Order: sequence, then C-alpha cells, then structure tokens
Amino acid sequence: MRAACWTNWRRNSESAVAEAFEAVVVGAGPAGSAAALVLARAGRRVALLERGPFPGSKNMYGGVVYGRILDTLVPRWWDEVPVQRWITRRATMVLTPTQSMTVDFRSETWGAEPYNGCTTLRPDFDAWLAGKAEEAGAELIVATTATGLLRDRGRIAGVRTDRPDGDVRAPVVIACDGVNSFLAKEAGLYHHTEAGHFTLGAKEVLALPRDEIDRRFGLQDDHGADFEILGGTGDVPGGAFLYTNADTISIGVVLRLPDLARSGRRPEDFIAALKAHPAIAPLVDGGQLKEYSAHLIPEGGYDEMPELSTDGMLVAGDAAGLCLAAGIWLEGVNFAIASGAAAGRTASEALSRGDTSVGGLAGYRRRLEDSFVLQDHRKLRRAPRLVLSDRLQHAYPRVVCDLVEELFTVRNPTAKTGGTRTAWRELRKSDLRLRDVARDAWTILRTFG
Amino acid sequence: MTDPWPVAFEDRMATVEFDVAPEPHITVDGDLCRGCTTRECVTACPANLFVPTSDGGILFNYEQCFECGTCYLVCNTAGAITWRYPTGGRGVVFRRS
Repeated sequence: MRAACWTNWRRNSESAVAEAFEAVVVGAGPAGSAAALVLARAGRRVALLERGPFPGSKNMYGGVVYGRILDTLVPRWWDEVPVQRWITRRATMVLTPTQSMTVDFRSETWGAEPYNGCTTLRPDFDAWLAGKAEEAGAELIVATTATGLLRDRGRIAGVRTDRPDGDVRAPVVIACDGVNSFLAKEAGLYHHTEAGHFTLGAKEVLALPRDEIDRRFGLQDDHGADFEILGGTGDVPGGAFLYTNADTISIGVVLRLPDLARSGRRPEDFIAALKAHPAIAPLVDGGQLKEYSAHLIPEGGYDEMPELSTDGMLVAGDAAGLCLAAGIWLEGVNFAIASGAAAGRTASEALSRGDTSVGGLAGYRRRLEDSFVLQDHRKLRRAPRLVLSDRLQHAYPRVVCDLVEELFTVRNPTAKTGGTRTAWRELRKSDLRLRDVARDAWTILRTFG
Repeated sequence: MTDPWPVAFEDRMATVEFDVAPEPHITVDGDLCRGCTTRECVTACPANLFVPTSDGGILFNYEQCFECGTCYLVCNTAGAITWRYPTGGRGVVFRRS
C-alpha cells in the first residue's frame, strides 16, 4: 500500500495553502475509508488519518462482513475483497452448561455471487478499503493520532494531531475514530456514556489445517461457517461466537461491561469455559493460539446514539454507536461503510454549497433515516435491552434446552407427553412468571416480527 | 470448567504485537485507587494490566494495552484513570483478527 509517510506530510504542511484539505476524515476503518472514498471520487481534497501503522491494525471484530453495501462503491467487490471464507452455514446456538440446541442453516446461494457474508481479517479488509480511497485520490496519513479538535469562532475547523506542526485544517471533519470517539465526546455530541451500553469482545484466533476445518465444520471450497451463541457466558450477559477463516478459526465472547467487572471472572476465563463446553470442544480441539485480541462494542442501539453532526463535523461508524447487536442479527462493518459513505456524500454536497454548518450538514441524518442504517436501528431499538436481559440470557436457554431434552427423552414404559403439556410443565418448573414471558413474547414479536 | 488447552497469560499476550511507545498513554492515580474496594479494572481489563499491590494500591503496566477503553468505562472512581490513545504508529498491532 502507498501510505503517506513523513515526507509527504512535510510537503503538505509546507504548502498548506496550495494543498489545503477540504475534508479530514479521522480513522481509516470501514467508516472512514468509505467516507474518504466518496469524497475523493467527488473530486474533494481529503485527508484520511489513521493512528495505527496501517489501516486495520487497531481493529478486531466478531467476524462477518455483509458486503452488499459495497455494491455501489466497488462494483464486483467480491472479485477483489480479501476474503477468508464465504459464509454458507449460519448456526444459532443456545447453550446451558450441559446442553446445546442449534438452529443450523445452510445455503449454497450464499456461496456464489453476489454472496451474503464473508469472514475476513480486519488488517486485510480495512487496508483494502483504505487502498480504494487512496486510488480515488484520498491522502492516507498513517501513524498519526488526532489529539483534539481545532475551532474557528466556535465551529470545528479541523483536527490537531501528534505530528510536529500537526494541525490539519478543513471545513469539515468526519470523525470515524471508533467506539471511544474522543472527537465526538470533545465536540459534545455524547451527552453521557454509560458502561452498561458497551460490551467487551475478547477473541482467540486458533490455527488448524484447512482441510481439518473443512471436515469439522462440514465445509468445502472457500465456504465458511458462522456460529452465534447465546448462553455461553455464565452469569454475565452477553454472547459468544465461533467462525471459520481460511486456516484459522476465531472463537470469542461478548461481555456486558459492568457485569463483567462485578463478576470476578476475567475475560479469558470466559473463552476458556466456552472452549471446554462439550458442544464446542470438538470443534476447537488442538487449535493453536495465533492471536488474542479485544475491543469494545457499542451496544446501546438507537436510543443511546450520540448526536450525529455539529458545525463542521459528522460522526460515523462505531464512533456514532452504529453497531447492530440485536440477537439474531450482529452487524457493524456494513453500518460503518454505509454511514461513512453517507457522511462523505453529505460533506461533499455541503462543500459545494459552501455551508458546512450544522444546518448545511443536516442532510446526513436524513440520509441515514432513509436508509437501512437508522431504519434497522429504530426498528430494533428494543433489542439491546431484551437481548441482554436476565430472562433471555439465562432462563429461556434453560427452559428451551430442558423442553427439547424432555421431548426427545424416551421414558418407556411411560407414554409420551404432548409438546404443549411438556412446555407448560417446563415453564412451571422454571422461576419464570407467565406475565413476564407474555411481555417478552410481545416485545420479541414487535421487535423482530 | 477449565481450558483443556491452557495457555499461560504471558504466552497469550506474546501472540500479540506491540510497538511500545516510550510514554504511557494511560495514567493511574495511585492515591485514588487505594480508596477503591471494587477494583473493576483488575477483573475486566482483557490484557490484565492492572495488578493489586499488597499495600492496597494498583500496579499498572501500559505496554501491552489493547487500547479498548474497558478500564476507564468500568472505573467507578472519577479521575483515577486518565486514558488517551498512544502516539501515532505506536501501541497494539493486530495482524490476524
């Protein structure tokens, strides 16, 4: 990759007027690179700042990219995206300490163009997308941390960086600086940040021979499997995942922060317990640890998002809390790309009008409201609370597994009990109140129906 | 349950590449930590960077930080943890995640 180095930076800073940027994008993750790509294609002079030594070096995820959002940005993206495997098997697993129930779906359609989802390594994927922005003319400047906002008569007018003479001025800043977004916080766009709206994702990447992965997960060619797991995190609300890369598998847990902190159990212990579960152990057996990683996930959803724009600045991706953690749907990279591209388009239009005030940038929110980005989030606004609730995390997995176990346990000479009667009996055996179950059923119907 | 393939924590962290900055990007106020009984950071930090000391303080090492932000979000003692990103180009470098 042609990353701008120190010399480029000097050249730019020495001829600041001639090469002044019209936009500065902070963070070369999927949101930032999409924003820079759109701006550069519109002929804008755009700087794309990345604090890591290369794009993706600070990023990890949990692990499927749903790529169709790239259709308009990179035609036939599937021919060139650095894919590990195309997901053709999607399993949703419910665990208790001794049981598991899996809804296991496979589709050959997902293994052919235009595909549905793929696994990829973020250093590869993020660097690829940033490369697209560079090809379009964006100036990628790596190893540069944005340390604060520059203001001009109250409005945001660029960013300060940790380079000597490191001010980058531009009429519009697009903050794609991730889940901790210090820029959005400094701009006052977050009214509060509560630990309860964040989860910690901790992951192990384990090496196994490619054909062994194919055999264990029932895969062939470049097809892959993605297991999303509920109930595998003990007393801490969260979830877990297991998915296949080309010659590694990734296994991890997602843990709600305050509960993790109170639990007295460390993150890696949760991964260890998951790997030891009888339904998981045979799949990961003998996998050699290649990399351990961790990252925060903004899980607050629609109701906890920051304001998305202010005078001279837009916020996209994780920085805007645009991560969909809604139980059966777990998506982030696609929301980052879509919001970044929308921010880039809005910024470019605002620059044409010469108005990058909060009014001039108001189209960003409308654009997101008209797209899946905020439509999905609004529709699923009740999901985060529901998914992390005690009943969904603990009581329901137990009831469901006990019910299925009861249905399939043959107790001859005793005759079979009907499904409905068994269900009632299992419900009564649990501590669940019918009123709560009915309310949750209604919420589930309203949210996912 | 225990990991059937246990990895010592140092070996776990040895799988991760760090380009350590000369200056710490996180500072911990030892006086404030001495009054803390809950020690959320000690449990939750995925890199296990916060170690309680016998005198009731916290020993802190910034060098193998994932830069995730867990510590300052779970901390219940205002001002105990000051957190920013490391100098550009330094810190954690994920390669296979």
